Amino acid sequence: MPSTIRVRAISSGDLTEVQALIQHPMDSGFMTDAQGATIPAHFIQELTFECKDKKVFVADWGPAVSKDPYVKFSFKGAAKGDDLKISWVDNKGATDTITAKIQ
Amino acid sequence: MRVGMLFQSGLIALALALLAQAAPAADAPDPAAEAKAFRDYFVKKFPKVKLDDFVNGPYSMNEDMRKQWQQKEQFPPYEFALEAGKEMFATRFKNGKSYADCFRNGGIGIRQNYPYFDEKEGKVVTLELALNRCRETNGEAPYSYVEDEMASLTAYMAFTSRGRPMDIKIPNDPRALEAYENGKRYFYTRRGQLNFSCASCHVQGPGERIRAEILAPALGIMNALPIYRSEWSGMGTTSRRLITCNSQTRAVPLEPQSDEYRDVEFYLSYMSNGLPISGPGARP
Amino acid sequence: MSNLRNIALVAVLLISRAMPALAASEADFEAAYAAAEAAEKDAGTLRNQWTTTEAELAAAKKAAAAGDFDAAIAAATEAEALAKASIFQATSETERWKDAQIR
Repeated sequence: MPSTIRVRAISSGDLTEVQALIQHPMDSGFMTDAQGATIPAHFIQELTFECKDKKVFVADWGPAVSKDPYVKFSFKGAAKGDDLKISWVDNKGATDTITAKIQ
Repeated sequence: MRVGMLFQSGLIALALALLAQAAPAADAPDPAAEAKAFRDYFVKKFPKVKLDDFVNGPYSMNEDMRKQWQQKEQFPPYEFALEAGKEMFATRFKNGKSYADCFRNGGIGIRQNYPYFDEKEGKVVTLELALNRCRETNGEAPYSYVEDEMASLTAYMAFTSRGRPMDIKIPNDPRALEAYENGKRYFYTRRGQLNFSCASCHVQGPGERIRAEILAPALGIMNALPIYRSEWSGMGTTSRRLITCNSQTRAVPLEPQSDEYRDVEFYLSYMSNGLPISGPGARP
Repeated sequence: MSNLRNIALVAVLLISRAMPALAASEADFEAAYAAAEAAEKDAGTLRNQWTTTEAELAAAKKAAAAGDFDAAIAAATEAEALAKASIFQATSETERWKDAQIR
């Protein structure tokens, strides 16, 4: 199964810029389908970026985040070649994780 | 003598008929001249926009939107549909054949030649139509023209043609000219209770707002399709866009791939000849 | 004498005001709906129907099913007017579109 996480992390001097695109329906639980039935809530609750065993970015998400969310942020203290681990957990308990090298 | 007079009137009738055929119709369209006039209109209206940039729709009209779009393009929202499309395109049908067998060059880098006028059939054939015909010829059920699969497939095919100039041909066939005329007429005809034509928004209003959206220019508007629309939270086909444009002016949409839709796609694509394919696109 | 005349006059007025309510029957609705439907069919031949016409036709049918023939007839009459307007639009646009063409 291909990963739901696409990530690109680029180091420039002291700063590492991270971009990630995550494939997830992010259903809020408020929408109804064509027949009028409520589409149950199904969204990522926690998204974590770790580098050198330290959490550099943690997102607590809820129904307000749209489908296939995109995240971009920068952090200090990493260098080219370091591993960046990304993982998420959703409200159904499903998870996915990926590790990418900082370029 | 009676016979002589009949013969004479017959000759006159024949001569008149021949004359009528020889004389060109008073309003015979000149597509090449019309395409140039079309292009000139937009270039003159937006002197700061580079010709090729028109294919970026609202982003060519508004700097703030362009910045947001450029950021998103680093990690475009259509990535998932594109990958799905690539996989679908490579997957063989149950009979062992694949999409590559239906298209020139295996279907790679050919999107800019669609739609084309099929002289055997006497009608315009769009890429979506060709894909479904390929499926049916090979014993597969056709895809809906307004759902994910067709959007993913056409996204992939557009991607393989990125940067190539739109290259639509109108063969020297009166039926092709008629299809072109039909498309042109459809484009400029007001419809729906709101009484808008395609031109109302995309010729008179590019760069202006309609509610919260910035309108795209008609020049190059086909080049970015299919598009990932944030409004749809997903990838949508050309058929879907034409249908929603109809319902948005409170016109009852036609069936996907109706003659009118095929013809207007033909007309608009021809108007954008020379401009690069930018699809698959991302729009608000 | 004039009192009797007044009473008679009021009675006539009351009865005449009541007449339209009594007249709104299913038969009247069927006629109004048929006219609206026929006009919408013509608009369909011209490939130029409006979504609002369809909505009014549906509303007319719904009101009739609920027994509210006044509302049903009003909706059917509105639908017929919308359908006719869409026919007018299609007919006039066959020439008018040329005015909009870029030359």
